[in-house]
Amino acid sequence: MNIDELTRSPGEWLKGSGPESDIVMSSRIRLARNLADFAFVGRLSRGDLSSIRDLVRARLVEGGQCDHWMYFDVEALDDLERQLFVERQLISREHAEAEGPRAVAVCADERASLMINEEDHLRVQVMHSGLDLESAWEHINAIDDEIEAHVTYAFKERLGYLTACPTNVGTGMRVSVMLHLPALVITRQIERVFRSLQKISLAVRGLYGEGSQAMGDFYQISNQITLGRSEQELVRQVGDVVPVIIQYERQAREALVREGRKTLLDRVSRAYGILRTAQKISSEETMHLLSSVRMGVNLGLIGDLEIATLNELFLRTQPAHLQRLSGSVLDTADRNIERARYLRHKLGGDGDSESE
Amino acid sequence: MEMLWHHGVAAIFSGPGSDHPGSFLRIHLGSVCGGAQAMQCQRCEKTATFHITELTGGKPEEVHLCKDCAREYLTQTEGEESPSAPNLASALAQQLVVGQAASELARLDQRACPVCGITFFEFRSTGRLGCPHDYVFFENELNPLILNIHGEVQHTGKRPVHFSGDTDEQTNLIRLRREMKEAVKDEKYEQASQLRDEIRRIEAAAAEARRPPGDG
Repeated sequence: MNIDELTRSPGEWLKGSGPESDIVMSSRIRLARNLADFAFVGRLSRGDLSSIRDLVRARLVEGGQCDHWMYFDVEALDDLERQLFVERQLISREHAEAEGPRAVAVCADERASLMINEEDHLRVQVMHSGLDLESAWEHINAIDDEIEAHVTYAFKERLGYLTACPTNVGTGMRVSVMLHLPALVITRQIERVFRSLQKISLAVRGLYGEGSQAMGDFYQISNQITLGRSEQELVRQVGDVVPVIIQYERQAREALVREGRKTLLDRVSRAYGILRTAQKISSEETMHLLSSVRMGVNLGLIGDLEIATLNELFLRTQPAHLQRLSGSVLDTADRNIERARYLRHKLGGDGDSESE
Repeated sequence: MEMLWHHGVAAIFSGPGSDHPGSFLRIHLGSVCGGAQAMQCQRCEKTATFHITELTGGKPEEVHLCKDCAREYLTQTEGEESPSAPNLASALAQQLVVGQAASELARLDQRACPVCGITFFEFRSTGRLGCPHDYVFFENELNPLILNIHGEVQHTGKRPVHFSGDTDEQTNLIRLRREMKEAVKDEKYEQASQLRDEIRRIEAAAAEARRPPGDG
């Protein structure tokens, strides 16, 4: 699979399948690992970084957990291609913007990926659709064992897996669940939910991780503590709180329908109308409107639209995907025109006579 | 929006703090509609439209309030500052404020890991350690920091399947690679080539040790 095929594939986290998938987009786990015989990434020369990249690549081929790892030399990719991987959540923004020899290996179904020379030598990630943390843990645990059969990890009995930043030491594990919470946003309860989560040491971030805005009402909830609890306990810590939030989101949705059905229907219909007819539209507005429409579909207010189609639009209207699919590099103004054209085309809207 | 708020949508919850992870204080906001009996607000004379259930430690407690009092009640709840898990920067800052006099800190900052060469000052500035051995070399400085971040200092999760408990050889490789780089920089090529040979010897031995029996 090359980058073009990757661009056109739906992407695991937007499949719209799996348990609770009307609210839970994806369940993700990552492990931070370092090789015992190299300094951490920040202290390494180009030569050492290349050695690690090549060594891991060579050993990966021997691994069996993934039928076929697609390997990409991130340093050799152009900015747009790197951004594409970020949009698909296969690499971090930091990995895209860093310098020096680094890579990403992606399992063909995009459920697993492996960043080489990010903040740590290895960042393994597994992402499953819907609420599926337990099997995501089994999956990543097996990949971790597989890699470990070929390299020696930096590990100490007392502190566990040693990481470049002490905030990740121990399990090196981040468990996160991405939720779509439009009704909690509309009813202004979301801030309180977040403060509550912070009190039990869970972090809340937007769609693209630290510092990103909560675009499209997507929120990621993850553990902050990585030491002193087993991996299963961390999975439970995050896993236990998710059903509570799901319940609140559902109650908020039901209340919106019950108390203000017309208001809600108006909101959803207007959002759908704009998406089907706009001639210029920004990424932010698109995400915002798609969020309303997605909730509308889940509540049965819009009948003729598949969730999978909507999920796909969330991804493909983002800058790098849009440009890649249109086959040209576009500035912001042209992207807004192309995005509107793409949305009208996909949603069967009117008013497309001018551009086609 | 006001209408939606007024009718008390759904529920809110908050935790009592990190001491009791997993135990929730739950607040249910329910609207009074249909057959619900009119009830007076517990704080004023208006009709209670918000029925809040607090669940702390498993013992539910009902609070009935009007819109205004409920808003006040909930604002109080959310106004409480509670500690969330500290990030690295604040943990570092706190540790340094609590502990050291300036001269002591200056001395500490000069300490450099013999394996990777990073100083404590560099770690403080970047928040990133230089190599696995730093956890040993800076143990006294890192322990309180780790305790502050995680609330624990003992790993209880998985361990590598093949872990032998001894990574001295690997740590040695990190030091040798650094020394080789420095030798090249100082144009001590003979020394660099000796170091390179030693690195290769250790790498080859390690690769041999990893090879499963019977693998050609």
